[in-house]
Amino acid sequence: MSALLEVRGLSVAYGKVEAVHQAALRLEQGRIVTVIGPNGAGKTTLLAALMGMLPARGSIAYAGQEILRLEPEQRVSRGLCLVPERRELFAAMTVEDNLVLGAFHRYRKRDKTIAGDFEQVYRLFPRLQERRRQLAGTLSGGERQMLALGRALMSRPRLLMLDEPSLGLAPLIVRDIFRVIAGLRETGVSILLVEQNAHAALQVADYGYVLETGEIVIEGPSASLASNPRVIESYLGLVSSDAG
Amino acid sequence: MNAEIALFLIQDGLTNGAIYALLALALVLVFAVTRVIFIPQGEFVAYGALTLASLQLGKLPGTAWLLLGGGLVVAAVELVQAVRLGAVRRIPAILFNYIVIPSALLSLAWWAAPQKPALTLQILLALALVVPLGPMVYRLAYQPLANASVLVLLIVSVAVHLAMTGLGLVFFGAEGSRTPPFSDAQWKLGVLNISGQSLWVMGSSLALIVALLLFFEHTIYGKALRATAINRIGARLVGVSPAMAGKLSFTLAALIGALSGILVAPITTIYYDSGFLIGLKGFVGAIVGGLISYPIAAAGALLVGLLEAYASFWASAYKEVIVFTLIIPVLIWRSFTTHHIEEEEE
Repeated sequence: MSALLEVRGLSVAYGKVEAVHQAALRLEQGRIVTVIGPNGAGKTTLLAALMGMLPARGSIAYAGQEILRLEPEQRVSRGLCLVPERRELFAAMTVEDNLVLGAFHRYRKRDKTIAGDFEQVYRLFPRLQERRRQLAGTLSGGERQMLALGRALMSRPRLLMLDEPSLGLAPLIVRDIFRVIAGLRETGVSILLVEQNAHAALQVADYGYVLETGEIVIEGPSASLASNPRVIESYLGLVSSDAG
Repeated sequence: MNAEIALFLIQDGLTNGAIYALLALALVLVFAVTRVIFIPQGEFVAYGALTLASLQLGKLPGTAWLLLGGGLVVAAVELVQAVRLGAVRRIPAILFNYIVIPSALLSLAWWAAPQKPALTLQILLALALVVPLGPMVYRLAYQPLANASVLVLLIVSVAVHLAMTGLGLVFFGAEGSRTPPFSDAQWKLGVLNISGQSLWVMGSSLALIVALLLFFEHTIYGKALRATAINRIGARLVGVSPAMAGKLSFTLAALIGALSGILVAPITTIYYDSGFLIGLKGFVGAIVGGLISYPIAAAGALLVGLLEAYASFWASAYKEVIVFTLIIPVLIWRSFTTHHIEEEEE
């Protein structure tokens, strides 16, 4: 089976400082792949480069085509979508308008099926429907993450990239969010998940990569990563003991 | 001063203020979306007025040539970029948008101008000739610098303003023009004479403001512009490109500018360089709104119009001085009431 996303030799630099060095990763259609690693390892930089928000060298093949030189807007139009760590919602606009804008590229293509996707998002996150006339800036942290996910789904992505979806959220909400992520796989969306919460990420993912100081150091199926002594020591030790 | 004069000055002030309000809204829009302080806004006023004046004389307006010239330059820039990126498929669209359409408009103006069509058609033709210059200016002057600081963009604005004033002199000459009013009607309301033209100005401004409001609230492109103004990164992530948002906001600004020019042309004589002062008064209004708030900017612009009317009655030699001095107390007040947020610089 050919990969939906095949990254080879990807390097991203801020000036002379290289934040990601020669990264290679592969994601098959309908899978969840996670990239775990410590703070500052370059995870966010990697996603930003995949989305086209940062210039990069190397190769990014998406659905069989090289997209390294495409603008972010062109990548959105081809079905890539990034939910960034800072969510980047439109705070002074209503929840509903945020969702409408999520489907911007589909309105441009005169897609007639957008209305049905509103229902789907509201079914997934009933809280958003209750608050659809409220301004996004007035939502709680968990609701903002739901809105960020909902806005992303409105673009009907083929590849959804999530940057730290659990960051700063209460454990119960984290569980909800991960349940939604796991559920998305059923709808055929492929997911690239970046997480510091390695425990939760490895539970939901099929395959994982460990990124340290800009380089991929370990990779393997989630189960084998979860039993890798080095991963346990560095990333799972604390989390697994308090998550019980 | 008696009540009659006071009322007359209010009418005069509100008429001019309505124009300033439109320009203030355009300035706020352009700044919010692109961070450009759009000094050349006034040039679009002058171009709009002078283009209509040429058409009324049955002459081919210089803007038609300017449009074709601008189109050729933009097409050249776009073609080089398309070839460099290997985006050959874009070439027909570039040729069509920047060469075929301007040529067609030029030919249309050439054919239509001597026949002196009805006023409405003249206005539409003038708008068609002036408005596309807005996105062209954005493409040539601002898009390559989209990530520059506000100061750099301001310097570019000064340059564009000077260039457009110079081109105005070349294409329209140094003489001023005044177009006949849209309506000669006069109504007596008590002691006040209400002129049809001032009703036209106020009515059209109001209609345009309502149209803008509907555009921003209810259309996907209006929402995309608001989104870009609120969160540029978020907007890119949903597929709203800054270049598209920039071109769209400049198109709207050019439309507002040209329409304002067409509305004021029967009230005052417009020269190639008259736009600057008119635009600057809109800018004072926009500053009252902190370049953020549309309603406060519009209210500020109306205030500017009223202040100007009264100033020209009491101290006509100091009219401009008094209007522009308004900016000082406003800036002091704003510096006390707003928290200064450092702009993120590279």
